Amino acid sequence: MYPESMQESIKKVKKTRSERLKLVKSGKEIYAMMTEKERDVILNKFHPDYHSDARREIRIGPNKGEKLTTEVADLLETYSRIDPKDFDLTKPDYETDVLVIGAGSAGFAASLLAEENGVDVLLVTKLRIGDSNSMMAQGGIQAAVRQNDSPVLHYLDAIGGGHFDNKPELVRALTSEAPDGINWLKDHGVMFDRNPDGTMITKSGGGTSRLRMHSARDYTGAAICATLRDEVLNRPDHIKILEHQPVVELIKDNTGKVSGAVLYHLENREYFTVKAKATIISTGGFGRLHIRDFETTNHYGATCDGPVISYRAGAKLMYMDSVQYHPTGAIYPQQIIGFLCTEKLRSLGAQPLNIQSELFVNPLEPRDVESSAFIRECLERNKGIKTPDNHVGVWLDTPLIDQINGKGTIQASVPAMVRQFARFDVDMITEPILVYPTLHYQNGGVEINAQCETNIPGLFVAGEASGGVHGRNRLMGNSQLDIIIFGRRAGKFASEYAKGAKTGKLNLDHIYEYEKEVKKLGIDKSKISPMILPDYIPDAVKAKQLTTKYHGTLR
Amino acid sequence: MADKVKMVKIVVLGEGFDVPEGLTIINALEYAGFQLTHGVGCREGFCGACGTIYREKGDYKLQAGLACQTVVSDGMYLAQIPFVPAEKPVYDITKLKPDITAIKDNYPIVFRCVACNTCTKVCPQDLEVMDYVQALIRGDIERAADLSFDCIRCGLCALRCPAEIVQYNSAMLARRLCGRYLLPESKDLTKRLKEIAEKKYDEELDELVNMNLKKLKEKYYSREIKLFDI
Repeated sequence: MYPESMQESIKKVKKTRSERLKLVKSGKEIYAMMTEKERDVILNKFHPDYHSDARREIRIGPNKGEKLTTEVADLLETYSRIDPKDFDLTKPDYETDVLVIGAGSAGFAASLLAEENGVDVLLVTKLRIGDSNSMMAQGGIQAAVRQNDSPVLHYLDAIGGGHFDNKPELVRALTSEAPDGINWLKDHGVMFDRNPDGTMITKSGGGTSRLRMHSARDYTGAAICATLRDEVLNRPDHIKILEHQPVVELIKDNTGKVSGAVLYHLENREYFTVKAKATIISTGGFGRLHIRDFETTNHYGATCDGPVISYRAGAKLMYMDSVQYHPTGAIYPQQIIGFLCTEKLRSLGAQPLNIQSELFVNPLEPRDVESSAFIRECLERNKGIKTPDNHVGVWLDTPLIDQINGKGTIQASVPAMVRQFARFDVDMITEPILVYPTLHYQNGGVEINAQCETNIPGLFVAGEASGGVHGRNRLMGNSQLDIIIFGRRAGKFASEYAKGAKTGKLNLDHIYEYEKEVKKLGIDKSKISPMILPDYIPDAVKAKQLTTKYHGTLR
Repeated sequence: MADKVKMVKIVVLGEGFDVPEGLTIINALEYAGFQLTHGVGCREGFCGACGTIYREKGDYKLQAGLACQTVVSDGMYLAQIPFVPAEKPVYDITKLKPDITAIKDNYPIVFRCVACNTCTKVCPQDLEVMDYVQALIRGDIERAADLSFDCIRCGLCALRCPAEIVQYNSAMLARRLCGRYLLPESKDLTKRLKEIAEKKYDEELDELVNMNLKKLKEKYYSREIKLFDI
């Protein structure tokens, strides 16, 4: 139930609904798509990335002199959690062919393909296996399967949505292998939504020119991730799993190859070393950095650890100046602020409206453009809706979905969303929901090629931790696709590499070299990374935790 | 708002902590000074990492819920569960049949169900857990898959089950069998896979990969958009 102060605006939404339904049924475009020029203008003025202090120059490391997202640059210009001299690397605690860091869907896909290629895999993860952003993805996964669609159109949509900054070889792999990715998932037992004749139900997404979004209700990511997790657990002979053990540094050998990693056990606080012939980073993104103080849709563990340790080891980053804000984060009620309200809602016909119940943007612009339009409506035009605790957002008229597609569509298509709002007393089937952009995705990451290789031999990266696939803006449904296509590729190419690799003497010297540069900048010794977990403990409590030493944000 | 926050007392490990009213259990624990390293995950109700057992003031009943989706109440007594160490048999999905034999061989324990409905009552997703266990017992894989579709594998059902059934894992098997074997073939997909194997799109894709920016932009902004099939 919405408070009295918001009721008047809701009445207007109800009143204009039948007119807006007519517009949809007429088949006309309900709001004009922006031209290239209009997109440029709105992004420059309203996208959070374009604020004067949103980016700053990084002063050390492979991308020195480049402008990165300020919070990322701050996180990179830090000391290590460990002192290399505390480790005897002649006796590693674990040895493996392929080390996979991060157990979301990319890590699972990589582990499975490496195992199938005949090598041993050690899969390590910060929390439990499957605890990842992959598990939380709702709306869908893209693949050009319909007869009026093709990988060529998918390519065009992805590269245009990314403002033509995407690496072409990566987009080619992503889009041309997408149908096979869907088939692979289906064979592992993912239950994609089907029409009675067996064809996949496909919907649109922001920036797509065809109906291309495959889904599993609005638990798409969970359906995929849990299925792959189950399969990984079916192969215990060659896939060993270590949980609750985030990686805190990479290990190199005397020829400069990445040759393993240092783990930190979150519960008993021990450090362990791993020697590996090839290492795959599939650690996900950075939502928990709360860039520009935004709330986030991301998992508790999404703290950018993969790019941080890779950078320290000398890996080049790409597009780490670019942040994706999802247009529709919940902004009311307060318990779910920042939570994802899937783009599938707009694919199904839900319309964003201002306080006067007016349409102000096409519902399916690419995410950065759509988010910028929401911000403009709220901050410049003052046409947002205020909540009792002084947040502001725009309506997403969800009841329209049932009116367009038939009664029961909302409940059947987005049960997770209905459940989420119902838990906090909002019935999205009969009432609109209030939304505002929320920090969602790390567009950039460690630069890879189509084999998931980085500029350091032995180091492979897949999924959100990588950079180049999506340019500076990812389209809906291309992240689930990314983690499957490039997860599989990383597993395949890393295991090939591991078969021929000879590992030399292990060392952590790169940490000393990097820290020398950090020290020259005069950075305080308490600044360390990776962050591992965010810190939500109030200062007043911290002041009394007298014997606790804070390392980065983790005690 | 901030000047008049009402506080409630929660009890963690026997100790009382004052926290603002309206917080979820996860946020309340952090407000009280606990940095969580287990019993916490996506914080949005999708991963099942934060299953929690609690008791409310003046009530004898043990309740269960997700810590990220449950709001604290005054006098709430909390116990976090790191995870449920439930059994998960190893199987080769390509060698199973999508019928009762797969269930008998891998999850014979489901046949111990006493139909007490405790699992259904405890499920934070409000799923008909006992009904899908009964479907498994009948070998109705599709029904079990459908009823368990929204399961987030928090394990609270298994934790409270007097028959020691691992409901959420057995349902995972049912969904995999259904997804692999029981859904009708997607002819569109089969056709597209054949086209790709025949390299039908390779030439056009190569052209796009090598296209100059100006031409690529023209092509993008002039592409035809066909979005609605209603």
